[in-house]
Amino acid sequence: MTLNELLIAPVTDFAFMRRALAGCVALATGCAPMGVMLVLRRMSLMGDALSHAVLPGAAVGFIFGGFALPWLAGGGIAAGLLVALLAGLASRFTSLNEDASFAGFYLVSLAVGVVLVSRWGSNVDLIHLLFGSVLAIDDPALLLLASITTLTLLWLALNYRGVILECVDPGYLAVNGGRGSRYHLGLMVLTVFNLVAGFQAMGTLMAVGMMMLPATIARLWADTLAGLLLAAWLSGLAASVVGLLLSYHLNLPSGPAIVLVAGVLYLLSLWLAPHGWLGRRASKTHLQH
Amino acid sequence: MIRLDDITVCYRKHPAVHHVSGTFTAGGLTAVVGPNGAGKTTLLKAITGLQPLTTGKIVADGAIAYLPQLAELDRQFPLTVSELVLSGAWQRKGGFASLAGDEATRTQSALDRVGLSGFGERPISTLSGGQLQRARFARLLVQDTPIILLDEPFNNIDTRTRDTLLHILEHWRDESRTVAVVVHDMGIAHSHFPETLLLAHEVIAWGPTAATLDPANLDRAQQMTEYWQNDAPWCARP
Repeated sequence: MTLNELLIAPVTDFAFMRRALAGCVALATGCAPMGVMLVLRRMSLMGDALSHAVLPGAAVGFIFGGFALPWLAGGGIAAGLLVALLAGLASRFTSLNEDASFAGFYLVSLAVGVVLVSRWGSNVDLIHLLFGSVLAIDDPALLLLASITTLTLLWLALNYRGVILECVDPGYLAVNGGRGSRYHLGLMVLTVFNLVAGFQAMGTLMAVGMMMLPATIARLWADTLAGLLLAAWLSGLAASVVGLLLSYHLNLPSGPAIVLVAGVLYLLSLWLAPHGWLGRRASKTHLQH
Repeated sequence: MIRLDDITVCYRKHPAVHHVSGTFTAGGLTAVVGPNGAGKTTLLKAITGLQPLTTGKIVADGAIAYLPQLAELDRQFPLTVSELVLSGAWQRKGGFASLAGDEATRTQSALDRVGLSGFGERPISTLSGGQLQRARFARLLVQDTPIILLDEPFNNIDTRTRDTLLHILEHWRDESRTVAVVVHDMGIAHSHFPETLLLAHEVIAWGPTAATLDPANLDRAQQMTEYWQNDAPWCARP
């Protein structure tokens, strides 16, 4: 097999591969900064919880509209926002922590979703909803992906300073008239949007992988905020492209393939990166003073 | 100037701060002293607006800078020291206005004043406790507000850092700012603060430091905070 057949031909020969590639690039671009913010805010579990919360909405959408995009995406966004809202309210008005109330709501949500699909759909549908299919990205789905990524980048650019302050020192922002809840809410809403975007391509269970794994990998390589964002984006891109090609050549489901490649990058980083195992060992040698 | 007008702050109906009235004067350096659990932090938070009042009114004649205890800052966050200090410009510049020029100069001179001249580009995670406290003071300098509230700023830091920070407090007094500081070390209160508020839920004494911190008052403050009754009668004052 030539290099051309291995890397280039799949994309030039097949329109569905081109769309999948464009979709994954958009997804990686939007998910990377979101993941970095969530990891820095110690909200990684929140992303996970929200990704499960999206399922019943998508299931209800699926029951009404089949695999039609507006139904799936609309339902997913509605369910994700509802769970985020309920968990936020529960933590504000009871003594529960936000992560505990999130865990409660997302488990219920996931169960409702699985019950809905297995009662009114088939097992194949359930697999599709859970693991998605990058290769089935059509033009409307691509448009949705690109729009969500654009929205994410614009919002982050416009609110960057405030978001960072809210992450690093929320108390300071609160005293100085910054509305911290606005940034928290924005992050939450955009997380749901990006999960729904990712869920189109990769399914609800895999979508969060595109968000969290690149950000976690970046944390092992970079020290600065700019470095984190760049490293997360690059590893997300790499995982998307390599995973997509793997799934094409080996006939694997594309969502899990992409997440697996990201997983391999993660393991390699744990071993080799400056903040990984080798880096720690190297830092035992020291300067003279 | 900050005027407290009969303020009460309750947690679950138990007053942490109980009918406190008085004035922090501009150019006055006030130590807020009291046993643990006396409501000192609650009082500062109430003044900043972080803690809602149950009753009463607070009048402050300018912007407020507040330095909480160390624990509230995420030290692992990948931020440089100068970025942390520069965030003092938030209230003036918000999310968009340029931070180059004026604010960058202000940040540099603040770093110089707290003795962190070469530290600007280092990540905050590499700072020692004392250095981080210097950086937080540098941010207060950048904030440049007429009212400054500090919650136990001298805990767990070495004497040199403490002296640098105390020197900055004196500057603020000379510039007629209103400064209130929660202090645990009576020695510091006596040597550096002309005024003291002795708090134990209520005002035990508020005035010149030597008179406020006499043994009888301190005894009374101790007793007031060790005393907690779940079946206490309702306070008759509204």
